[in-house]
Amino acid sequence: MNHQITHKGAQGRRPFRPLRNLNAKIAAIPMILTAMVVFVGGTIWTVVYSFTNSRLLPREQFVGLKQYERLWGTSRWQVSIENLLIFGVCSLVLSLVIGFVLAALLDQKIRFEDTFRTIFLYPFAMSFIVTGLVWQWILNPRLGVQNVVRDLGWDSFVFDPLNNADIAIYGILIAAIWQGTGFIMCLMLAGLRGIDEDIWKAARVDGIPAWKTYIFIVIPMMRPVFITTLVIIAAGIVKVYDLVVAQTSGGPGIASEVPAKYVYEKMFQSQNLAQGFAASTMMLLAVLIVLIPWAYLEFGGRRRD
Amino acid sequence: MTESVAPVGRGPNGPKPRRVFSRRNIFLYGILGLVACYYALPLYVMVVTSLKGMPEIRMGNIFSPPVEVTFQPWVKAWAEACTGLNCDGLSRGFWNSVMITVPSVVLSIAIASVNGYALANWRFKGANVFFTILIFGAFIPYQVMIYPLVIILREMGLYGSFWGLVLVHSVFGMPILTLLFRNYFSSLPEELFKAARVDGAGFWGIFLKIMLPMSVPIFVVAMILQITGIWNDFLFGVIYTKPANYPMTVQLNNIVNSVQGVKEYNVNMAATMITALVPLTVYFISGRLFVRGIAAGAVKG
Amino acid sequence: MNLKTTFSVAAVVAASCAAGGAQATELEVTHWWTSGGEAAAAAELAKAFNATGNTWVDGAIAGSGGVARPIIVSRIIGGDPMGATQLNHGRQAEELIEAGLLQDLTEVAEAEGWADFVNPTSLLDSCTLDGKIYCVPVNIHSWEWMWLSHQAFEDAGVDVPADWNEFVAAAPALQEAGKVPLAMGGQGWQQNGAFGVLTYAIGGVDLWSQINADKDAEAAAGPEMGKIFEAAAAARELAKDSNVQDWNQATNLVITGQAGAQIMGDWAQGEFQVAGQVAGEDYTCLPGLGLNEIISTGGDAFYFPKLDDPAKTEAQLKLASTMISKQVQVAFNLKKGSLPVRGDIDLSAANDCMKKGLEILAAGGIVPTGDNVLTADTTGQMEDLQTEFWSDLSMTAEEAQARYADIISDAD
Repeated sequence: MNHQITHKGAQGRRPFRPLRNLNAKIAAIPMILTAMVVFVGGTIWTVVYSFTNSRLLPREQFVGLKQYERLWGTSRWQVSIENLLIFGVCSLVLSLVIGFVLAALLDQKIRFEDTFRTIFLYPFAMSFIVTGLVWQWILNPRLGVQNVVRDLGWDSFVFDPLNNADIAIYGILIAAIWQGTGFIMCLMLAGLRGIDEDIWKAARVDGIPAWKTYIFIVIPMMRPVFITTLVIIAAGIVKVYDLVVAQTSGGPGIASEVPAKYVYEKMFQSQNLAQGFAASTMMLLAVLIVLIPWAYLEFGGRRRD
Repeated sequence: MTESVAPVGRGPNGPKPRRVFSRRNIFLYGILGLVACYYALPLYVMVVTSLKGMPEIRMGNIFSPPVEVTFQPWVKAWAEACTGLNCDGLSRGFWNSVMITVPSVVLSIAIASVNGYALANWRFKGANVFFTILIFGAFIPYQVMIYPLVIILREMGLYGSFWGLVLVHSVFGMPILTLLFRNYFSSLPEELFKAARVDGAGFWGIFLKIMLPMSVPIFVVAMILQITGIWNDFLFGVIYTKPANYPMTVQLNNIVNSVQGVKEYNVNMAATMITALVPLTVYFISGRLFVRGIAAGAVKG
Repeated sequence: MNLKTTFSVAAVVAASCAAGGAQATELEVTHWWTSGGEAAAAAELAKAFNATGNTWVDGAIAGSGGVARPIIVSRIIGGDPMGATQLNHGRQAEELIEAGLLQDLTEVAEAEGWADFVNPTSLLDSCTLDGKIYCVPVNIHSWEWMWLSHQAFEDAGVDVPADWNEFVAAAPALQEAGKVPLAMGGQGWQQNGAFGVLTYAIGGVDLWSQINADKDAEAAAGPEMGKIFEAAAAARELAKDSNVQDWNQATNLVITGQAGAQIMGDWAQGEFQVAGQVAGEDYTCLPGLGLNEIISTGGDAFYFPKLDDPAKTEAQLKLASTMISKQVQVAFNLKKGSLPVRGDIDLSAANDCMKKGLEILAAGGIVPTGDNVLTADTTGQMEDLQTEFWSDLSMTAEEAQARYADIISDAD
C-alpha cells in the first residue's frame, strides 16, 4: 500500500484510503500489464534472443555478439541507418516547419479555414500502402510529373526520384510529408489557439513584429505541444516501413532501405530471427538514448515544481 | 513539388486581418492555395484514374480528366477483383473491417482514457515509470513484436480468436492515446477534481460523473485516430485472424500486389479509394471537431 | 455373391455414407498464388478437393513468400494453424518439423506408393526428415530458362538467338531498335535467380555445386566464378533500362515485344499462355540459356500442420493424396506451366516448352536447386548482394565477387 497521490497543487503527500487506492490500482492494471508484459517483456525477449542463432523459430543457442558483428558488416544495414538519419532529420524538420507555418497561416482568421484544413488533413486518413502507391505513380517518370512536363515541351526535364538511387529516399520523404503534416498542423493549430489573445495585444503594443512574437514568445509557450508532436513524429520515423515497401521496396537496389524493413525481412524472409532481433535491438537502443533524457526532463523537472 | 516547402522566415503580420485585398491577404491565400494543390493532387489523380479505362490510362497523362467516364473499375474493385480463388473483390472484407474496428476502437479508447485519467489525476508512485515505458512502446516497430505477441496470446488462449486481435489493437493504440488523454485530463481545472474529492467521490465516481462529460472533444479525437489506424491496419489483421475474418486491407493488398499481366491502375485506384472511404468520411465530417478536440487540451502538458 | 461380400459391400456403402455425413469438412489452405496463371492452377487443386466432398477455404495472400511466411509461421506456432499451407520444400520447414508441428504423411505416402512414381526422387527426399514424409510436392519448377520475344528480334531485324552468346551478340541491334535487350525486374530474388542461371549455364553444374552445396569459398573467389561475374556485369548493362519491379511485368515487356528476352523460371510460361501466345511461334524458350541444357528441380510443396480435430486430419490426408493424384497433377501443372512430379503420366497436352522440360527431365539433366542446399538466410544475403550489384552500375564485378565469396564462407 505504498501508493500515494501527489497531485498538482496539493501540499506534499497525503495518506490515502485503501478502497480508492485499490480502484486506481485496478484501473491501471491494463496499462501496467501492457507496459511490463508486452513492451518490457517483449523487448527483453528480443534482446535475449538477439544473442542466439535462432532461425525460423526462437531457440536458445547462444552465440555471443556474432549477430551484431554481421549486422554492422552488412552494407544494407549501413545504408538503412544512413537513410533513416536523412529521412528522420528531414522529416522532423520539415514536418515541424510546414506544420507550424500552415497552422500559423490558418490561424490568421481566414475565410474557408474549414476547407483548407480538410484538404491538409485528409491524407492522414490514408494508409501508408495507399500513400505509397499513389506517390509511386505520380513520381513514375513514364506516367507522372516528368511525363506531363515533357509533354508541355520541356523535353529534357528529369524528375524521377524513385528510380534514381541517389535521391530515392527523398521521393519517399515527399510522400511521408504529404501524409503526415496535416496532423502536425492540427496539433500546432490547437497549440496556437491555446495562446492567450492578450499576449498578441501586448506584443503589438510593444511594437514587436509578428515573426519575432512567434519565435520568441509563442513557440516557447507551446513547449508541451512541441513535445507531444515530437514524440508522435519520431515514433513514426523509427517505424517507417510500409511506405518504403509500397513505393520502392527498398530500391533501386538497396538505395532506399530502412532499418524496420531490414528487421522484418531478416526475421521472416530470410528466416534469421536472431539477425532481425539484433537489428531491432540496435533500433531500440537508439530510441532509449533519445527517450531517457526526455523522460528525465519531463518528469524530473516537474516533480521539483 | 516545390509547393511543398512554404517559406519559413516570412510569417504573417498578425492575428487579426482588417482589409480584404491587402498584399498580405494575396500572399496568404496564394501560399495556402499552392500548398492545398500539393495536398489535393494525389486524391485528384486517384479519382480521375479510377474513372478511366485502361487504354486511356496507357495513352494519356495521369492528370488529364477522363475522356470517357467509366465506373467499371469501381465495380470490379468492389465485387469482382480476385484474391486467389475468391473473386468477390473488396466487398468480402468490408464487414469484417467494421466488425474488427468497432470493438477495437471502443476497448482501446476505454483503456487509454482510464490510463490518462489515472496518470493525470491520481499520480500513484511509479506511474511515470509506466508511462515512460508506454511512450517507449510507441517507438517499437510492430514487426518486432509479432512473435512475442503470438506467444503471449497463445498462453492466454486467445490466439486466432477475434478478441485476440482486439487486444492487439488496444495494446498498440495505448501509447499515443494515453499520452493524449493524460495531457487532456491534466489541462482540466484542478479545482473540479478537488471539490469532487471533498464531496467524497471515488476514483470511478469522479471519472464517470465529472471527467467523462467534460471530455467529449478528446474522445472524438481518439476515435478519429483509432478508426483510421485500425481500419488501415493490414499486418495484425492478417496475422491474428483467419481468412474468414480478414479485413478489407488484405484484399486491397492482394488486388494491388497481384498483377495479372498488366497492372490495372484504374482498379487499383478504385480499390484504394473504396478502402479509404470510411476513414475519409470520418475526416470530412468531423475534421472541425478534430482540431477543436485537440485544441481543448490534448497537447497541453 | 456370397454373404460375406454382400456384407462388405454394405459396409463400404455405410462407410461412404458416414463419410458423406461428415462431408463438409472445411480445410483452410494458405498459398501465395495470386497472379493469373497461378490462381487458375490453384483453382484446379480446389476443384479436385471439393469433388472429394470436402471444402477448400482459400487463404491466398498476395506478395510472395515474404508476406505470407510470417503469417503462416505465426499461425502454426500460435497453435491455431491452417489446414494446409504452401511452402517451398527444402530447408525451410525443417524447424517446424523438428518442433513436431507438422503432420506426418508417411502412412498415406506408403499406402499409395509415392516413392514409386515421384520423379525425380529428390523431390520426395526434400520432404523427408528422419525417414518420415512431411510434405506433398506438387510440381517441379526450374529457374533455368530464357524467354525470347520473336517480335522484338523481328523488329530489330535479327534472328532469334539460339543461346546466350548469340543473344549478347544481337543485343546492340535490339538497343538500336529501341528495345530493352534483357527485361529484369528490380527485385533481389529475380536478379539472384538470373545470376544462378548464368552460373549453371556458363560455369557448369560442378562449379555451381562446389560453391552452393559444398560452400567452397575458394571456388567462389576463383577465376571460373570471375567469368560469371563478368557475364553478369554485361547482362546488367543490357537490363539497365527495364524499369520494372515485378517479374510478370518484366515478362510482359517480352510478351509485348518491348524487350528481347528475360531470364526467368518456367512459371513465366503461364503468363505467355494467359496472353494467348504460342511457344515456338510468338516466343522461344531456351533451357539453360541454350548453353547447358539442364533444369533444377525446385518447386512448391504443401505442408499440413497438426490439427486436433480427427475429421480435419482425415481431410488433410485426403487433400494430400488428391494433390499428387494423376488427374490433378496433369490439370494443375498445365495451368501452372510447371512440370508434374509423377514420372508415370502422359502430358500430351503440354506445349513446346513444357515438352522440352519433360525431355530434359527424362534424360536426367537435373541439378539440385538453391532451396535444397542453401538456407533462406544465405539466399537472403545473396539477394541483397545481387540487387545492389544489378542496380548500382558503379559496383565492379570484382567487388561483388569478393562479397559473394564472403557470404559463401559464412554459409552453413
